[in-house]
Amino acid sequence: MRLFLQYAASGIATGCAFALVATGFVAIYRVTRVVNFAQGVFAVIAGMLAYTLLGQGVPHVLAELLAVVAAGVVGVLIGLVAIGRRGTSPLASLIITLGLGIGSYAVLILIWGDQPISFDGFKGNLDVGGVTMQLQYVLVVLLTAVAFVALGLFFDHTYLGRGLTACSSNPRAARLVGIDVTRMGLVAFGLGGGLGGLAGVLLTPMQPVSFNSDVGIAISGFAAAIFGGLLRPGTALVGGLVLGVAEALVAGYAQASLQSGVALVIMLGIMIWQAGRRPITADEDSA
Amino acid sequence: MLEVQQLVVRYGAATALDGVSLRVERGEMVALIGPNGAGKSTLLNTICGLLKPASGTFRLTGRVAQVPEGRQLFAEMSVEDNLRLGAWTIRDRDPGHAYTLFPPLLQLRRRRAGTLSGGEQQMVAVGRALMAQPDLLVVDELSLGLAPMVVDDLAQHLVRLNRDKGMAVLLVEQNARLALELCPRAYVLEAGRIALSGSSTELANSPAVRAAYLGAAMDEVV
Repeated sequence: MRLFLQYAASGIATGCAFALVATGFVAIYRVTRVVNFAQGVFAVIAGMLAYTLLGQGVPHVLAELLAVVAAGVVGVLIGLVAIGRRGTSPLASLIITLGLGIGSYAVLILIWGDQPISFDGFKGNLDVGGVTMQLQYVLVVLLTAVAFVALGLFFDHTYLGRGLTACSSNPRAARLVGIDVTRMGLVAFGLGGGLGGLAGVLLTPMQPVSFNSDVGIAISGFAAAIFGGLLRPGTALVGGLVLGVAEALVAGYAQASLQSGVALVIMLGIMIWQAGRRPITADEDSA
Repeated sequence: MLEVQQLVVRYGAATALDGVSLRVERGEMVALIGPNGAGKSTLLNTICGLLKPASGTFRLTGRVAQVPEGRQLFAEMSVEDNLRLGAWTIRDRDPGHAYTLFPPLLQLRRRRAGTLSGGEQQMVAVGRALMAQPDLLVVDELSLGLAPMVVDDLAQHLVRLNRDKGMAVLLVEQNARLALELCPRAYVLEAGRIALSGSSTELANSPAVRAAYLGAAMDEVV
């Protein structure tokens, strides 16, 4: 039982990171209807940048914060290329993000080389009823909770957030009331970049990242996001947690090399079960 | 207020508007009638900046806001959010005056717009457009899908806004009888061109309009 709880705790922490990546997918998809396949790159860039900044003597928190902001900026830049030109179809934009994601490998290798990179997170352990948890896990869970609450407040209670939601609800009407839908799309890409970046700086101390780690991160995040039809951040959080815990249990009881595969099969099962009840990515507003 | 000159708008190879000229004076209420696909919505969307003309010009003094065909609300957002988003381009976002105009909306302000009745949704659509404090209100199909009594009520609101606040209105309507009753002046748009224009009384009495839009033959039978 103790072992189980320990695996579950680490799974919840990685699951939180997946959920953050997933929310990035959702934020971008809701506003632009683009599945951003460069989503994993944000996490990798932020993780590596934080590593470099820490190496240069920049203190913790500031280094991570800068890395997250930088990932947000990269998000806006990717958004500019993907949706900046008027009339680009979401499918074309998707391919552009896929291309940019793969193209980024060259840049990443040039700057950081091809070896995995990691840095120390929060040191120390927390003992709860005989279950030892790394403090880093606790930090990840707390920060994810904060991020989700902040996002909820932003989308529901700020005018900009309502404007973003309006673009998702009815793009035509949004344009009619004078909302610049493309600019809102860029805001969403920035937000998605920041969320991916946050996942990256939290994940890197737990599992080292290399230039091509984005695929694994993006697939897990996407699986979590599709759990909520790519539209609901709350369900994406549940998806992330399910996926994270499943992976940790498989790695713990069976074999680490099986973890992503088994987790994705579980996800696939859930999706097939869901698809039997309703279309997975149906537009809620089209009815 | 609004001066449209020789406006041409194309969708790819198809010409939707083919040299349309039309004007709306300050504080005037003008109707635009015509069959489906004549280009009425295209004209409104061009005036509102959603479409780019291939050639021709339009001059607009002041702000314009549109009540679109089919209402186009933010269905899963609250009534109040819908109204407040109407003020996206200006500073004053207080929906108070929309509630003064449509008191029933005050009770419904927390409801999701998509769950309202057709008439209530049209109130929200008109209220949302008014939130932008427009000098010209363009209304695309006010009566579509609504019960006659609801239409009358909304129409009276438009007339009052025009009379009391001096807001110019350009009304596109399938229901030509209603449009000609409400607006002193009208244009008839057919196949992307202005076929007829003049005072509504004149138009209502012209045989062409009577036959095509007012169901004159039917009237005689009845």
